[in-house]
This record gives sequence, structure tokens and C-alpha cells, in this order.
Amino acid sequence: MTPTQQKIAALVAKVSNKPVPTDPEESLFDSGILDSFTLTDLVGELEQAFGIKVPDNDLKPRRFDSIERIAAYVEK
Amino acid sequence: MPSILAFGSYLPPRILSNAELAARLGCDRAWILQASGIEERRVADSESVAEMGANAARDCLAHANVSIGLILVSCASGERRFPGPAAEIATLLGLSGIPAIDLPIASAGGLFAIALASGLTATFGNVLVVATEIMSPSATEKDTAILFGDGAGASIVSPGHGSLEILSAVLHSDGAGSAALQWHHTGPIEMNGLAVIRHASAKIPAVINETLAKASLRAQFIKTFIMHQANQNLIDRVARALGVPSAAFYSNISRRGNTSSASILIAAAEWFLQADLALGDAVCFAAFGAGFHWGALVARAT
Repeated sequence: MTPTQQKIAALVAKVSNKPVPTDPEESLFDSGILDSFTLTDLVGELEQAFGIKVPDNDLKPRRFDSIERIAAYVEK
Repeated sequence: MPSILAFGSYLPPRILSNAELAARLGCDRAWILQASGIEERRVADSESVAEMGANAARDCLAHANVSIGLILVSCASGERRFPGPAAEIATLLGLSGIPAIDLPIASAGGLFAIALASGLTATFGNVLVVATEIMSPSATEKDTAILFGDGAGASIVSPGHGSLEILSAVLHSDGAGSAALQWHHTGPIEMNGLAVIRHASAKIPAVINETLAKASLRAQFIKTFIMHQANQNLIDRVARALGVPSAAFYSNISRRGNTSSASILIAAAEWFLQADLALGDAVCFAAFGAGFHWGALVARAT
């Protein structure tokens, strides 16, 4: 994982209290690590950790479905 | 101080189970329960929102048969653009001539109507509040279909002494969230569930604390919370944010689903029938929904 992906993985572990997959492409929803409620927690953590603001329009599950996709979003 | 005299409810007889819904949506019934806390919901067949609302009002009036000076009807799912069901409900109740006002604001409408009624009792006397919704036919997307049921609730708010003296109420609205949960004149109900969860998770605990502070109370002093029955996971989340057990929140969502603005009054009616209230016990009502509109109200048993 890249440093950004590792940072995101730590945040995912924090909000989900579950082991995070080592494969950054693995679906966090299909694997049961995130749901709609823990994802909103994660978005708050991402905003703090990366100094970004995630607008409501960007809150689509697909965008946050894997560590890789989340990294692409925060780096954008 | 204004007080709540009674509650009432009406639910259509047809039960829509998760098994039936899962087959229709092509999803796992266990997922519906996990995502929402809902096991079944009631759905209207041939009834109108006005007929259901009138039935809930009759149930309420059976508990407190007082003269009514104003009717407030929360309904965002009327069969017509106008008129809303308020005047029709008044006529069905034999109360033609009494002013009857529609509040088409969906989820938070039941709470808003009670709060507004408490401010209007000085002018109109007893206010009959009704919330009636048939959302299920337009909740066709998977994320909304699992939530919505149909039903109606009612309450009477009096200028004088009653079972629950209203201590404080706070209401808020913010149109910046209007696209997150909306229903156009055609098409299904549209919901950005993540946006709704994000805002509701923050705004409901905040407005509850704001309302409690106005009454010099804290969450730990509240005997029962009655929240808009949106999603059991949201109710649990609000309880955690307030630092109170989920058991302090009355919930009937597993059997009733999310009946939009009617849910808080249906829940209150069911809770009130079995509530073991002592003098001074405090109860807190809270709701959040489309708009966004959100608020809370605190009352005390007398």
C-alpha cells in the first residue's frame, strides 16, 4: 500500500473496529467492514486527517468502496 | 403551559414482510433487517391519507374528547398537489368550519406540528395534530423501499393542564440539504442515504441537547426518548451520542417501518398506552428529515 492508502487503512480500522484487508482493491462494503453508518464516520475522519471537505454530492458508496478508491478521492 | 392530552394512531391492516419485500427487490431479507432494524411494515391498499388520518384522529379523540379549535395535518404524500388532506380530515371528523392547515414537510412534520400547536393553543384552544403518510408506493428504490411503511398518528395539544406539560421545543430548517431526500411530482422518492445519515447523526443529538438546555435538563434525566422512526441504526447512534442507553429510546420500527411524519406520533401513541409515568418524568421527542427540517420537544408528566 502507498503511504496514503496505509493512512486510510488505519482510519477504516478505527471506525469499523475490524481488520482491514491487505488488498487495497477489496470492497469494504462486500466484506462487511463498512456500512452506511460507519462510512459517514470514516468521511469525518478523512476530512480531519487530509484537511478536505467532502460535499454531500460526493457521498456515493462506490466512491468509498475500497481503500484504493478512497485514496484516489482524497488525492484528487 | 401547553400540554399534550392524548395520542392516537391508525395502521392499515396489510403487513409487508421483509421476505415479501426481499423477493420483490431481489435482495437478502437479513440485509434489510441489518440495514434498518425493520422486520415488517404496514402498507395501505385502498385507503387515502385523509381516511387514515381521520382514523388516527378518532383514536386520539377517544382518549380525550375535547372541543377542537384548530387542526394541523402533516402529510407529504397526499394524492393531490392541492388541497392537502387537512380540510378533508376535518370534514370526515365532523369538524367542518374549523381551520385546518397542511404541513407538507415529511419526516419531521409530526414533531413540527406538535411544536407549532403548543404555540397556537393560546389563540385556538385545543389543537388536533394529525400526521398521515402513504409513502410506500413511491419508495421503489432499494434504499427507500426497505424503510417506508404507511400509517397515521394523532395528538391533541391543549392550552391547559394535560398528561404531558410541554417545557421547551426547538425547530430548525436548512434548505442546503433539500436534494438529499426529495420526491418530485413524478418518479420515486430519491434519497442520498449517506448525506441523510451524516446530517441526522450530528443534528439530532445537537438539537436534543439544545432543547434540554432550554428546560434545564440533561439527557440522563430523560425517562424516554421518542424519535422519528427512521432507522434503528440511527436511533442507536443518537443514543450513543447522547450517552444514554438505546433502551431509553422507545422504538416500534421493527413492526411499523418508517412512516415518515406519522412515525413519531404512532410511536408516541403505542408508548403512551403502556408508559408507566410518575409525576415529573420527562420525555423528549426528536425528529429529522427532508428539507432538512429537524427539531426536538421536551415534556414532563403531570
